[in-house]
Amino acid sequence: MTHLLAQLGAWGLNGMARLGRAHLLLLPLLRGLLSILRRPRLLLDQLYSVGVLTILIITVAGLFVGMVLGLQGYYILSRFGGETALGLMVAASLVRELGPVLTALLFAGRAGSALTAEIGLMKATEQLSGLEMMAVNPQHRVLAPRFFAGIISVPLLAALFSMLGVAGGWMVGGGLLGVDQGAFWNGMQEGIDFSDDVINGVIKSVVFGFVCTWIAIFQGYDCVPTSEGVSRATTRTVVHSSLAVLGLDFVLTAMMFG
Amino acid sequence: MNKNRQIEIWVGLFMALGFVALFFLAMQVSNLGTAYKGKTFTVTARFDNIGGLKVRAPVKIAGVEVGRVAGIHYDPDDFRAVVDMAIQAQYLNRIPEDSFAKILTAGLLGEQYIGLDPGGSEDMLADGGEISVTQSALVLEEVVGQFIFGKGQEGAK
Repeated sequence: MTHLLAQLGAWGLNGMARLGRAHLLLLPLLRGLLSILRRPRLLLDQLYSVGVLTILIITVAGLFVGMVLGLQGYYILSRFGGETALGLMVAASLVRELGPVLTALLFAGRAGSALTAEIGLMKATEQLSGLEMMAVNPQHRVLAPRFFAGIISVPLLAALFSMLGVAGGWMVGGGLLGVDQGAFWNGMQEGIDFSDDVINGVIKSVVFGFVCTWIAIFQGYDCVPTSEGVSRATTRTVVHSSLAVLGLDFVLTAMMFG
Repeated sequence: MNKNRQIEIWVGLFMALGFVALFFLAMQVSNLGTAYKGKTFTVTARFDNIGGLKVRAPVKIAGVEVGRVAGIHYDPDDFRAVVDMAIQAQYLNRIPEDSFAKILTAGLLGEQYIGLDPGGSEDMLADGGEISVTQSALVLEEVVGQFIFGKGQEGAK
């Protein structure tokens, strides 16, 4: 019985210690901005592997989510004779919620897991210690460029997602189901406010990008340097990022639109 | 073409795509493209009851949007609601002073907006002018209440 209690306590204390280490890591990550400004090439390479390689999945997902929204929205709205509000419905749900949230979830699965595995393997093969031996700070040189690449990429990817989603909704609504084009775009422009909806969506995606990349980098940097440890850290990245995004989305929505 | 140059081109393309998407959201999806800024003048009107009128609701003449509601506040001195309307500058001195301002509803359950009926006066509304003839919003509960009250009166006779 006491053994069980001790285990529970150790589990809680370990969790707290990990949370503490994660926050302590933030400071060197932010300080790494200076070394990025000196060597922008590092950021460029990471923007490629974190951002560019994620475009494909975002493109396909955005298009199909928009098309599904168009179909589902049409069936429900046409029951009330409100097909003309289809554009507004598709755009509002994409710009406010689905764009930032789904992009962050896909980003965590596609780029976050790759970041964790890469950094974890660097740690397991002692490349990070090697850098330290050469008097290069691995937190500035390896972690910080990945961190900022993630923060820059997610808002752009989310905007891409929303744009393609609107295009997908328009293809289904305007092309397939014959909703009036003028009403589709006009309803959208009347109902969506730039500062209330678009800017808040961008703020959301910046926050999600920050959190997802931070979790991915921390899990990789903090993993047990064995093959099992790396695999566990990768799993944790996806799970923790997804939960953090969904939880934060509720808080941010309550703050912005409440 | 070497690897570095390829990466540079791809990242450049990614950035451009992202900003095009943001621009698209700003101009095509949201109201930024259709918004008119700076070139407006203010007209106020006092209503007994504004119902569900909200800031940014359209102001229409003959069904055409000429401006938006810029602000709503309550005046405790005469117990009425004061609505500030930002009208597009091209209509400055083009709306008669004795115009009639009504709060109307688009459709049965739609958004509320202000409809202006132009009057016959020679004097036109300038910046900061006030429309004195107004009609309050139709509040459904009051209409239903009056109807039931009316029915009750009939039954009593």
